[in-house]
Amino acid sequence: MNLPDFKYERPQNLDAALELLRGNPQARVLAGGQTLIPALKQRLDRPSVLIDLRAIAELRGIEVSSTHVSVGAMTRHAEIAAHADIGMAIPALRHLASGIAHPQVRNMGTIGGSIANNDPAADYPAAVVGLDATVETTKRRIPADAFFTGLFETALEPEELVLRVHFRVPRRAGYHKIANQASGYVTVGCFIAAFDGQIRVAVNGAGPCVFRQADFEAALRANWSPDAIRDLKQDPATMNEDMHASKRYRAHLVAVAAARALNMAAGGLEMEKA
Amino acid sequence: MNEVTITVNGVPETHQVEPRMLLVHFLRELCGLTGTNVGCDTTQCGCCTVHLDGRAVKSCTLLAVQADGSEVATIEGLGTSDRLHPMQESFREHHALQCGYCTSGMVMQGIDVVRSGIGHDERAVREALEGNLCRCTGYQNIVDAIMDVARNAPDSCGDGSVR
Ligand SMILES: Cc1cc2nc3c(=O)[nH]c(=O)nc-3n(C[C@H](O)[C@H](O)[C@H](O)COP(=O)(O)OP(=O)(O)OC[C@H]3O[C@@H](n4cnc5c(N)ncnc54)[C@H](O)[C@@H]3O)c2cc1C
Ligand code: FES
Ligand code: FES
Repeated sequence: MNLPDFKYERPQNLDAALELLRGNPQARVLAGGQTLIPALKQRLDRPSVLIDLRAIAELRGIEVSSTHVSVGAMTRHAEIAAHADIGMAIPALRHLASGIAHPQVRNMGTIGGSIANNDPAADYPAAVVGLDATVETTKRRIPADAFFTGLFETALEPEELVLRVHFRVPRRAGYHKIANQASGYVTVGCFIAAFDGQIRVAVNGAGPCVFRQADFEAALRANWSPDAIRDLKQDPATMNEDMHASKRYRAHLVAVAAARALNMAAGGLEMEKA
Repeated sequence: MNEVTITVNGVPETHQVEPRMLLVHFLRELCGLTGTNVGCDTTQCGCCTVHLDGRAVKSCTLLAVQADGSEVATIEGLGTSDRLHPMQESFREHHALQCGYCTSGMVMQGIDVVRSGIGHDERAVREALEGNLCRCTGYQNIVDAIMDVARNAPDSCGDGSVR
């Protein structure tokens, strides 16, 4: 399929990229292209110029400390899925990355592209919110809770780029998604993380945008066990509905995904860390 | 038009392209390498799988300009009719193809699987083929063919380091 016509630039550093973006609302940055190129084929967008970020060293690199895992925006899903130190620090994050789409997409797709796009069916938003991450941009540092603002919407302003994502290392964490069988995209997913003094439960796929499930958080804070959430229900009213799953079914799956994520956080994958 | 140089199967290919040209069309139309197929054109089927700097990617979802300066490996670079690559030989041995439409992509993905070091684990092999559809074989013989290479000729697929 022919794509619409556009120009192509490959700046060698961040300043050059920002210069190309300045005053050019029809410019788009290109990361892995695994969302943008299919979108262009469908004529969902008509950019005048694609600014390829692949040569920009400032957007790469993974750092793991005892308190944080920090990854550059251009880090590929496959790199996180294969990173031994991330696997030690936050096994659930590595698990999440290894379950995105399939290998060929993971070899191109990036975390920056995924969170900037904020597809309700994407995986990373659940980890960013669940792990209380900070999104570092070309202008500021945005806490996860303020980053994802709606369906395909984020707090990013025009000409503002994601530089890095800083995840907090939790005591325990788990992620489970009920995936669309064909694409791997999330029908409903849940990321649960326990920090000292805080439990975070992030739900993706289910609603128009990733959200924190406050009832589940409160219940787990009181009692960190499957019993605590066994009888909790998600309200179907705010759920997505499409050919894959109704509102009621999605609401039901929230509890299923949460129970499985908790199971991973409590034992399962977390054992690898010990 | 942009001038693009991509090293395809070790040979530099320099062409003038529109930025919107997909890598698969660069390979098929400008390099004359028609072994890489287009099936779905929507990143689902994997027929168009090639290696970009040593890693399997879908050439229907990559612009030729993105690959400028990179190395691309296609099915044509693996072997000749007289001397098949061990992965091709294994597909023949195991009857891992029928119509053949998916095969070039399957072989390229199979090599990536063995190169990643997961070719001895059947479940991991099946998961790694999630982006490659075959309408004919039912996959069993493809999985067998890949695992055979992982057992008997893993070095033929490279060492897993990304170039
Ligand atoms: C068949 C298929 C299955 C998939 N399955 C899944 C799945 O199971 N789970 C999942 O989470 N995803 C899935 N994806 C999407 C995939 O993970 C994409 O790689 C990802 O959503 C986008 O990342 P990208 O690097 O390819 O971004 P691109 O496509 O290059 O860009 C996406 C958008 O983000 C913008 N952008 C990119 N980088 C930045 C930046 N640094 N700062 C600001 N804006 C930026 C671009 O301008 C564009 O608007 C799937 C994709 C395909 C094709
Ligand atoms: S043609 Fe590229 S994935 Fe189907
Ligand atoms: S052999 Fe026919 S599609 Fe795979």
